[in-house]
Formats: sequence, C-alpha cells, structure tokens
Amino acid sequence: MTICRPGKGHLMIQFDTVHKRFPNGTTAVHDLSLEMPEGGVTVLVGSSGCGKTTTLRMINRMVDPTSGTIRVGGKDVLEQDAAELRRSIGYVIQQAGLFPHRTVLDNIATVPLLLGWGRKKARARAAELLETVGLAADAGKRYPHQLSGGQQQRVGVARALAADPPVLLMDEPFGAVDPVVRTQLQDELLRLQKELSKTIVFVTHDIDEAVRLGDQIAIFRTGGHLVQCATPADLLARPADDFVADFLGAERGLKLLSLQHLADVPQGPAPEGGAWTLVLDEARKPRHWRATADDAELPVRPLKDTDSLLAALNESIASPNGLVARVDAEGVLTGVTSRDDIHEHASKTHGHGTHGTASVAI
Amino acid sequence: MYELFKNLAKWLVSGDQWAGTDGIAHRIAEHLEYSLLATLIAAAIALPLGLLIGHTGKGAFLAINLSSFGRALPTVGLVVLVFLVSGLSLWSVYVALVVLAVPAIVTNTYAGMSAVDPEVKDAARGQGMRGHQVLFQVEIPLALPLIMTGLRLSLIQVVSTATIAAYVSFGGLGRYVFDGLAQRDLVQVLGGAALVAIVAVVLDLALAGLQRYLFLPHSRLRSSGRDPHRRTAAH
Repeated sequence: MTICRPGKGHLMIQFDTVHKRFPNGTTAVHDLSLEMPEGGVTVLVGSSGCGKTTTLRMINRMVDPTSGTIRVGGKDVLEQDAAELRRSIGYVIQQAGLFPHRTVLDNIATVPLLLGWGRKKARARAAELLETVGLAADAGKRYPHQLSGGQQQRVGVARALAADPPVLLMDEPFGAVDPVVRTQLQDELLRLQKELSKTIVFVTHDIDEAVRLGDQIAIFRTGGHLVQCATPADLLARPADDFVADFLGAERGLKLLSLQHLADVPQGPAPEGGAWTLVLDEARKPRHWRATADDAELPVRPLKDTDSLLAALNESIASPNGLVARVDAEGVLTGVTSRDDIHEHASKTHGHGTHGTASVAI
Repeated sequence: MYELFKNLAKWLVSGDQWAGTDGIAHRIAEHLEYSLLATLIAAAIALPLGLLIGHTGKGAFLAINLSSFGRALPTVGLVVLVFLVSGLSLWSVYVALVVLAVPAIVTNTYAGMSAVDPEVKDAARGQGMRGHQVLFQVEIPLALPLIMTGLRLSLIQVVSTATIAAYVSFGGLGRYVFDGLAQRDLVQVLGGAALVAIVAVVLDLALAGLQRYLFLPHSRLRSSGRDPHRRTAAH
C-alpha cells in the first residue's frame, strides 16, 4: 500500500483506505489513501483501466466507494446529497460533454441556474466566464457544434467554474484536441490557476501533461494500485520502481531539467579578452557574441532566472564558448554561467532528489 | 378509368356531399375525433412508458419488441373481439386504435432516449442535475425529434385504420368505404379512401411543421441564424 501525504497546507480532499469493486468483480481502486492540498493541482496518471478516472469520479459521487472514506473540505462525501455535492464541485470531462441543444452561454450558466441564481444573474456570470477562458463574447450565442474542439473544451472549463467552486475535477479534458491546441489549453489552465488557486484534480494518461501541470503526481498501476505520489521533481529524480521509471520515459533526466530554474546556478562576470566577447548596448543588454580574431558575430539568447535548466543547457551548447548570458527581468546583463556550472547543478539536483520524496512504500 | 376519376372528382367537390350529418365535413370531424382522441390516449400511455424505459435503461427488450408485436396484431380482429365483449360501444374502436398506436410511440421514444450521447447525460449528472432534471432538461429535448416521429407514425396509422369504426356501425370516413362496398358504389369507396389519405397527409404535414417550429432550436438556428432563446430570455 502506498500512502501519499504532502504534509503542508490545508488538505482539501482526503482518501482514507478507499476501495472500489464493481458488481462485475473488477477492482477499480485498491485501498487508496491519498491527500490533496488546498489550492494545488494533483494529477492522477496511469494507463487505461488503472482506476484513475474512478478515483476522480468518487470525489463528486459519480461513483460511490465500496469501502473507505472520502472527505472534501473535511466532510464525508457519502453524508452529503449527491446532486448538491456535485453543484459545489466543478467537473470537466473529455469531449467537453456540452449540451448540444443549449447555447454556449446557457451551457456555462447550468450550475448557477440549478442553484437558483435566476436567469439574468446566471447569464451575466456566464458572459464574464467566456472572457475568463479566452472566448469572444459572440461565442455565447452559438451552439456547441459550431465551435472547434479546443473552444468546446474552454466552454467545458467555463461551465465548471461558473459557480466558483473551490474544487475542480478534470477528466482527461485535453485528450481529444491536437497537440498544439493542447499546449495552449495547458498554458491557459496554468494562467487561470495562478489567478484562481483552485484545488484541481486532473486525470491524464500523458506523463508530459502531468509534469507540466501537477504540483503533485499520483501514478496508478492496473488494478487500481497507487504506486507513487510525489512532486514532479521528486518523481523524476527518484521513481519508486521500474514501472514508474518506464512510465516516465527515456527522457526522464531532461524532463527533470525542464522543471529546475536557473536561479540557483552561480554566475560570474562576463569574460574579457577571450576568443569571444559579449557585446552590450548602451542599456547593458546583450546584443551578440563577437569573435576577437575576425569580428564575426553570433546571436545570443540571454536567459532569466525563471528559465529552466533545460533551456540553459540548450543555450550553452549553442553558444560559441559554452557561456550563457544571464539577464534580469528588464533584460540587463547580470553575468554569465558556464556549461560546467549548469552540468554540476543539474547532477546535484538529481542527487538531492532522492531525499524529501513524499511517497512511502510499505 | 377516365370516367371513374371524373366521377370521383365530381363526388369530392359536390356541395351536396359535404353538407349534413351524412356529409363529408361531418364525417371528417368524426374521423378526426376518433383518431386524435385515440392517439392522445395512446401518447398518454406510451410516452411515460418510453421515457421511463429510456431513462432507466430497464425494459429495453419490451420497448424494442413492442413494435413488431404491434405490426403483427390484426386490428380488425381486435375490434370485433372487443365489440363482442363490450357490446355496441365506441370502446371497441378506441381500444383497437390505442393498441395500434402505442407500440410505435414507445419504440421511437425509447430509441430517441437511448440515442442521447451518454457523455452528455454523464455531464448533466456531473453538473449536479437530479434525475428528473436530466430527463426534462437534457434527455427529452434531445430525444424530441424521434419522439415526434413516433407520434406522427402512430397518428397516420390510426387515421387510416379509424375506418374500421364504420365496420362496427359507427361514423367517420370509413362509412363511405363500407357503405360504398355494400352498395357496389365504387366512386364512394374511392372517395372515402382518398379522403382518409388526404386527412392523414395533412395531419402529418401539420405535425411536421409544428415540430420544426417548436422543438428544434439548434437545427433551426443552423438554417436561419436566429436566436431561438431571444423570445424567452431577459436581455
């Protein structure tokens, strides 16, 4: 059994030895104990049939557990009226599941109307949400089939947010759109989450999506077993077993680098009189590298502290002398970092990742 | 042949034929009364049944097979049977027509309900709709085209079969058919049959128009670009 305890902040959702066996005898979720912190994104990931969707659907009682307790905001979900519970929890599903006979605006207004807000107030709120999820106001009068897949998915998110629920359940919401749109939707979700700080439970089978979006990732294995639950960095640095390592994929190391920021990597003054000189403009912003020998110029792509180690590694390889120009938020040069410094820092994080992982295997 | 059609046309448009309790107008009114009442009673029985089966998913076997049962049932036999049991009463006609109309409505209502995308129903429940809210706000609106098809099918069947009322001594357009047969008056038989067909087609077109106008806002929007909610919404 694996227990996941993030151990900080308020807990919004708690699974306590939850077991789900369907009438046909299959066990979908096996003695699951899992905690999800308030305002964080928990990603449930695993191949199909591993129980991740069932786990999600037990939170808003679309499925009831066979045994065990699930608490949302401290209250046992089984003691609450299922319909009322669902109205207090946002729910986004794959293909959006929009009502084809209702306008986009009325789709978004569903939960406010169920809560008895009145048509006018519900529609005003729906119109506001159209903007929040990045849709034009005139999209509100259309019907779902008149929108693209990505737009429909945005409407699905808007509908889930309509009554401003503290918890958002998302069941493979971006699974049916093409990779470019998916990346856009992921960016939008991260932007929204920064503003709204919802407690989000997100189901996906795409590990890259999990690493991008998750504050913590729970990996499930067929039969409804939770194998490991940890932050993306911990997970990538120290997978609990071969199953997790396989699931994370061959580029596990690079994925980890994409999560590390450049901030902690030391920087020194730009070199003078070497084979290459960093040319600055009047505002001390890097312009390009110039060769001392023949005045040849090479472009420079300066990096900020918030850029990832992966971007730094990439830039150090592209740079003629292995140095990465570092700038502050305004783009003014603060120093340079060598390829060796980046390498050293990268391997250090891999080493340190072995500690502080949140999963305990028994 | 030409002579026959000429006489038929004369029969249909002659003023004498249309007036009085034996006249065409009165017979059409009787025919409509039998047909509409029978279809209404059938709908009152069949719609709840079809909706219940479609919503719960229980009894699908019944819903699917009822229509073959209806097709196999000899209506005239049923009329005579009920007639023998109940005596000289319109009951026998109504029972037969209702039994004839119920299966198509049940089967089509069930088909419409089961064609609603399960993802949409799941989403409706997931947003916090109760069972009756899912039924009335999502399932019925989406199943309406097929429900209406069932009603139209039944109504046409009932209109054409309501001629049997005359077989057991009552009125309706069947009078012309049965009286014409008895009197060996072919023009009258054909006239009655033509009138039944016309009534059936007109009713079907009327229902089709009603269906287009009332129940399909999303497809109506597709063709005309109007906002169907504007009438009811507080903008």
